[in-house]
Amino acid sequence: MSVLSILGVISSAIFSGASLLYATLGEILDERAGVVDLGLEGVMLVSAATGFGVTVRTGNPYLGVLAAMLAGGLMNLLFAYLVVTRRANQLASGLALMFFGFGMSALIGRPYVGSRINGLPRYSLPGLSDLPPLISSQFRFDLLIYLALPTAILIGWLLFRTRWGLGLRAVGENPNAAFAAGRDPRWIRYQALFLGGALAGLGAAHLSIAWTMTWGEYMTAGRGFIAVALVIFSKWHPLRAVAGALLFGGAVAFQLLLQASGIPISPFLLDTIPYVLTLLVLIAWGGTRKHAAPASLGRVYLGAEQ
Amino acid sequence: MTDKPSPRLLLKLDPLVAALRYLTIFLVAFALFGLILWLAGKDPLQAIRDTFSSTLGTGYGLSEVVVKMIPLLFTAVAVALPSRVGLINVGGEGQLYMGAWLAAWAALTFSALPPWALLPLMAAMGMVGGALWAFIPAFLRARGLVNETITTLLMNYVAPSIVTFFIYGPWRSPLNALYPQTIDFVPAARLPAFFGTRVHLGLLLALLFLLLYWLVIKYTRWGLEMRAIGGNPQAARRNGLPLTTYVVAVLCIGGALAGLAGMSEVSGIHGRLRPGFSPGFGYMGFLISWLSGGGPLGILIMSFLTAVISTGGDILQIKQGLPFAVVNILLAISLFVILARPSLLTKGKQA
Repeated sequence: MSVLSILGVISSAIFSGASLLYATLGEILDERAGVVDLGLEGVMLVSAATGFGVTVRTGNPYLGVLAAMLAGGLMNLLFAYLVVTRRANQLASGLALMFFGFGMSALIGRPYVGSRINGLPRYSLPGLSDLPPLISSQFRFDLLIYLALPTAILIGWLLFRTRWGLGLRAVGENPNAAFAAGRDPRWIRYQALFLGGALAGLGAAHLSIAWTMTWGEYMTAGRGFIAVALVIFSKWHPLRAVAGALLFGGAVAFQLLLQASGIPISPFLLDTIPYVLTLLVLIAWGGTRKHAAPASLGRVYLGAEQ
Repeated sequence: MTDKPSPRLLLKLDPLVAALRYLTIFLVAFALFGLILWLAGKDPLQAIRDTFSSTLGTGYGLSEVVVKMIPLLFTAVAVALPSRVGLINVGGEGQLYMGAWLAAWAALTFSALPPWALLPLMAAMGMVGGALWAFIPAFLRARGLVNETITTLLMNYVAPSIVTFFIYGPWRSPLNALYPQTIDFVPAARLPAFFGTRVHLGLLLALLFLLLYWLVIKYTRWGLEMRAIGGNPQAARRNGLPLTTYVVAVLCIGGALAGLAGMSEVSGIHGRLRPGFSPGFGYMGFLISWLSGGGPLGILIMSFLTAVISTGGDILQIKQGLPFAVVNILLAISLFVILARPSLLTKGKQA
């Protein structure tokens, strides 16, 4: 195995981890406000299809990214209507949203199956342009990858250093107390869910517009659920989510590396590595997770009048 | 996660009101579904007409609906039983695949056995496969390590890969190079079908288990204790109920039933194991269980309606060029409508 193929594997690990990081950050925002969004998988599918479709139509990948974000935000607003306004059970509503996303994304993406696009333009890492072109070509990334880490820092800053973040976390811990302190839990949850959906949409856009540059039914292949699992791993902290995404990216890299090395293992068994690894991580972290979870997570906020 | 695990039990009301509510739910759902199809540039009336005429209009169509109902009944009970104690089993799809996997192993290995021995063996292996797959999340939940919702979901992505591995690897039929699948099962490994249709013995099995489920939750001590645990786990624990045993037992029994769905599909319908043989029966079972609130009669009605929609989905795929996944939209909207509980459907104020 050559150095080149190893570099290629690292490069695809970064691509794979980036889309997951955005989705995980989105779920952290939702859960910090006290809402579990199991529909993330459906949100990502609809965003990926919408973003890809808009890119095909307009020829502009950045417009596609914006459309994907908007689609993700709207999907989560639908979810917010159910769980915040109608006070429906969050887990069931999330799964209903997932099914809705399965169907909607198939309907939206249908005309674009097999379409070709010019994905997000890729730029070399500064300082690497002196390397031999074969090597530096492995490290040309699109804007969304360069923005992934700053986004995590930005979300961390928003959550822990701003009044808005304080209110959001207060709603996640104790909506009644937050209400007594003059916050509107419902409005804050709507905001958190819209932003969280938009972030998940960004991750999905990276998947369909920047990395694979295709659309296929069920293309997110469980990334939405892995993101939900990584939120537990990251203990609801945006910077730890970076570690989670790197871990997942590493798992994908390991999978690709085994495939590339020619060791005779069935690709179907290798496909299970990311899920099995996520399960193992959940088990390892499971015992301590309760201390970090927002206290009102998953509960319905009944309102102050009751 | 401490919310009551189900929407109102619709069937607790008197039957006429219940029927009216189901009707309203479906009218609203179909109207919204039609709107989405219309926005997508399809003819919504034609689509809905096609759905019904192809399923309820002919004897053959109706028999195909019943065929689709069989795995749905199993997977719905597989979700409904754990939900009695407040557990959310979203792993029906994975459990179904593992059940089909072990059942296929039995069919391929013991093909010399007569049908009266082979079929029960396959059914037993199907149940073992599903139960083992459900045991992992059940154990983790019982030990307080990981919530079962996320583990069952993640494991849905592992099981089909394992099945595909065996189909492409050790079990691949040398006869058919184009479509990877196992060799055909011997006739002794096929569930008998009735009246020249594809309706097979699995139907009776599914109805039997639905009846058993009803008897257990309604008339046994277990049913009462499950309700106690589902209502208030802490109080149930203080009263000395074995919570851990119940968590593991109901999830494993649920898994076994989903596994039986997989067995009845490969044995009754396909006669071989092929990749991706389930169009999401496990997920649909979850929706049915929630839509019906876990009641046995509701499961029967919702399985039938879901089977109509799902069979109709095949027709939409052919006639209107819509992807099969579109049936998920209609099912999801029905669930949205129930979850949102608009005022015309609710009786009095509820939280």
